[in-house]
Amino acid sequence: MTYLLAIGTRKGLWLARSEDRLTWSLDGPHFLMEEVAAVAIDSRRETTRLLVGVLSMHYGPTLVWSDDLGSTWNETGNGAIRFPDDTGTALGRIWQIHPDRNDRPEVVWAGCEPTSLWRSTDGGLSFALVQSLWDHPHRTEWLPGAGGAAVHSVVVHPTSDRVTVAMSSGGVYVSDDGATGWTPRNIGISAKFLPDMYPEYGQCVHKIAVDASGPDTMYAQNHHGVYRTDDGGMQWNSIADGLPSDFGFFVLTSPHTPATAWVMPLEADMRRVPVGGRMRVHRTRDGGSTWTELGAGLPDNSWSVVLRDAACVDTDPSTGIYLGTRDGVIYVSTDEGDTYSVIAEHLPDILSLRVAVLP
Amino acid sequence: MTAALDAVTVQLPSSLRELVGGAQSITVSPAPADVGALLDSLALTHPVLERRLRDETGAIRRYVNVYVDGDDIRRAQGVATPVVAGITVQILPSIAGG
Repeated sequence: MTYLLAIGTRKGLWLARSEDRLTWSLDGPHFLMEEVAAVAIDSRRETTRLLVGVLSMHYGPTLVWSDDLGSTWNETGNGAIRFPDDTGTALGRIWQIHPDRNDRPEVVWAGCEPTSLWRSTDGGLSFALVQSLWDHPHRTEWLPGAGGAAVHSVVVHPTSDRVTVAMSSGGVYVSDDGATGWTPRNIGISAKFLPDMYPEYGQCVHKIAVDASGPDTMYAQNHHGVYRTDDGGMQWNSIADGLPSDFGFFVLTSPHTPATAWVMPLEADMRRVPVGGRMRVHRTRDGGSTWTELGAGLPDNSWSVVLRDAACVDTDPSTGIYLGTRDGVIYVSTDEGDTYSVIAEHLPDILSLRVAVLP
Repeated sequence: MTAALDAVTVQLPSSLRELVGGAQSITVSPAPADVGALLDSLALTHPVLERRLRDETGAIRRYVNVYVDGDDIRRAQGVATPVVAGITVQILPSIAGG
């Protein structure tokens, strides 16, 4: 069994392979000097497809793909993601590439900057703008954060037509009709940077993730605030008690074990460093009622962070956790977060990580 | 190879040459009326290259500089800068990055 870890950085893409998740061989850089903020390993297809969002400072953004695990790369001539002429808008950056359900193997979603959602029905070779979200009357009030304004999370319901997205800023929006109509679902999530701390929308949700118990239970790591919903986002409740800080970027969930999630608290929005300079992961086994600090193998005296998409889990029965830091180190845990080892270092700032088991 | 008399030569930086099979330059014939029309022509023959030079709104990318016979088109008429047969259009990435 071969694990493939795709590592998107500020200056290129690396691909790492391992048989045991402990020893990895790195292949790269691909797209040297180009930013890779989004990557997907689409293993739903007969041939695994890599989809990569690339951004050149000089030559702009594009989406590329490989059907031979990175030996060769392709891109759609006039651009897989291209704003319609009547929008008068240009693609800024691809933030998220999300393969849909297994029973829709040709459907792929993309979240982009400026804030927009895109859907492909040909495996990612071309995408159509989800016009209903683009035309949403709230859109002009979705403001950029430090990294820009984008849809960065896409969650697809396993059986219904529900699609949930999260954006920074803007918050969580849900469509129950296959991405036709959209409703904000942010009740309970704070927006400390706004005069009204609990607006209908406008929150800066950094990442959402689905619990293993089912799609109605989700976690949100907010721009200050960690939350859980048990009703598909109708109501969010704080689960930050027990954490040293409620600021952070990513939240990960176990693909197998209900009520299990991981976060990495940072000091505060104005102090985006590990609490006390100690890089630590906090895990809950009870849906956020209690948290346990973990970190054997993670550094002290660390002033780096793990960004929202620079963390991922694998599907091994003992969930592997992968963390990529802004100072170019990748840590892996093969024991559900208890202990960590370095599998790569001295890379550029890591922006995106995704892992899959190759068929 | 000698360019056709009615052609425009587009010189490319090394970072873009892989998109045209490694060539240092390509020719567009007959010469389009202006830089915008030249890029329209590239969009048909070399669409990936064209997207590297301007976005889907038609704007030249911020850190791409285009020179017509040595003159920066941003100091001339932008994409409306005229192009005539026999001249060279040079593409250069600006100094940017980190």
